[in-house]
Amino acid sequence: MEIFGIPWSLMLSQLLLGLVNGSFYAMMSLGLAVIFGLLNIINFAHGALFMMGAFFAWMGLNYFGINYWFALLIVPVVVGVFGILIERSMLRWLYKLDHLYGLLLTFGITLLLEGVFRSFYGVSGQPYQVPALLSGATDVGALTLPNYRAWVVVASLTVCFATWFVIERTKIGSYLRAGTENPKMVEAFGINVPVMVSLTYGFGVALAAFAGVLAAPIMQVSSLMGSNLIIVVFAVVVIGGMGSIMGSILTGLGLGVIEGFTRVFYPELSATVVFILMGIVLLIRPAGLFGKEK
Amino acid sequence: MTNSRVGYSIALAALIAAPFFIYPIFLMNVMCFALFASAFNLLIGYTGLLSFGHAALFGSGAYITGHILSKMGLPVEFGILLGTATGAAIGLVMGLLAIRRTGIYFTMITLALAQMMYFICLQAPFTGGEDGLQGVPRGKLLGVVNLSSDLNMYYVVLAIAVGSFALIMRTVHSPFGRVMKAIKENEPRAISLGYDVNKYKLMAFVMSAALSGLAGSTKTLVFGFATLTDVHWHLSGLVVLMTLVGGLGTLLGPIVGALIIIALENKLGDLGNWLAAATSIEWFKSMGESVTMLTGLIFIICVLAFRRGIVGEIAVFFKRS
Repeated sequence: MEIFGIPWSLMLSQLLLGLVNGSFYAMMSLGLAVIFGLLNIINFAHGALFMMGAFFAWMGLNYFGINYWFALLIVPVVVGVFGILIERSMLRWLYKLDHLYGLLLTFGITLLLEGVFRSFYGVSGQPYQVPALLSGATDVGALTLPNYRAWVVVASLTVCFATWFVIERTKIGSYLRAGTENPKMVEAFGINVPVMVSLTYGFGVALAAFAGVLAAPIMQVSSLMGSNLIIVVFAVVVIGGMGSIMGSILTGLGLGVIEGFTRVFYPELSATVVFILMGIVLLIRPAGLFGKEK
Repeated sequence: MTNSRVGYSIALAALIAAPFFIYPIFLMNVMCFALFASAFNLLIGYTGLLSFGHAALFGSGAYITGHILSKMGLPVEFGILLGTATGAAIGLVMGLLAIRRTGIYFTMITLALAQMMYFICLQAPFTGGEDGLQGVPRGKLLGVVNLSSDLNMYYVVLAIAVGSFALIMRTVHSPFGRVMKAIKENEPRAISLGYDVNKYKLMAFVMSAALSGLAGSTKTLVFGFATLTDVHWHLSGLVVLMTLVGGLGTLLGPIVGALIIIALENKLGDLGNWLAAATSIEWFKSMGESVTMLTGLIFIICVLAFRRGIVGEIAVFFKRS
């Protein structure tokens, strides 16, 4: 079977690749949106912390024999705690200033982290084995489905929707939403807002680290893997707007898929298609697809 | 006013004499980046817009000039003019899109558009891909002045830098510059006073872009190459850092900042070797390679403790005493 002269199986495999990239975009922009909602800071360091997640998984395996599954649990916690330390020691002092300083500080943190990993491991990628349980591929009629990639999509979608559920449907989430609307009022109700802010930052960062561990077997683990991703994620965030959790998830996935199809139909554009879409969205709907103009 | 005039005259005299004492290529490098940072400061310091995509403007100027001089064989003046015009044109498109959002979104949009420019430079047929454009000839200015002599080149770069600096100074003190400042201080108020804020923002952006393009063109002429580093987001970050270290919204800040950062980049290896010899700690020897780490650290310190920058702090000190 063919569509526009392109075999069906190729289309499907690119769709899957697009979904994999899209789930990374979704997880990253989700974390950015949660952090921005409460802290009013755009966390440039998100990409570096994603890279750190992947590197910690690699280091855990090679130095301490921690396997993939444990890494998937431990690494987000470790990086999350690291994030809380950053928030407590540095970001805290910037809340009263212009938002730009938050971006500049996290940009500095990005350079520092990248520099540290680069000075130890250089710029070439380190390979990370796909865990034995998920190696190989399953034959599903039209195409052979690589197990690991399918797992990435399932795992990240689960995490994304769990996050959505917690924020939109539970009591803890209601505190968070209230804090986003009016932190002073929430504090007056007896909720410790500074702790909530730290935990939120830690959580957003942990999401990035989780994505990093998931990405380790697919991408090469290198010091530059994060910054290439974060800039695309910024474009995703501009397209989607940061007002809505579900909006971030859907925009991320959607753009991943569009990018995948572009790779089939017009490969030269695949690196720039997200940016072009950003330009179009800015012209038609400047607030973003799901955004509210503040 | 007369005091500062005396100061500028002394500085100019020092710059004219400088190439006889200091390596001219280093000075030209500093001047190119001082011009670039001053152009960038026009936005962040005077209009309150943080662009994280200025490398695209610098780099496109650099590439166009390189292409015109090495492949088309047109005179030097054309190369520089067209490089500047390209910077302005790309700035116009970038500005039109980016000013549709404010604050942090503005920054993200400029960064994303600059990344797009990076991919275009990576793939376009005339940019030489990963290698970039090498061996761009300097040629003769107006067909008379031979630029292959570093000394001649130095005075041309000096003229460009001083001219641009005068233009920036004139702009900042003009009524237009006042409106820019008003937008920075209180945008809603500027709107309510009847100013078409978006028009002013766009004008400031295009002007900054043109001067960034000029800086890129001049850099290509000095070094004879244009590569992907010129359009990479690292450079956008570096120009932010130069301006921040020197002092946002001060005329001299970006120049001081550029001098410090360029000196640091060039001399860090030497400093590391010296420290290694003095303290016999092996690690210092690798310091030259850890520029990124150090820039990150300076960034963090500046944002946390030193937001006024060097020139800003000095100005405040003199105001108090």
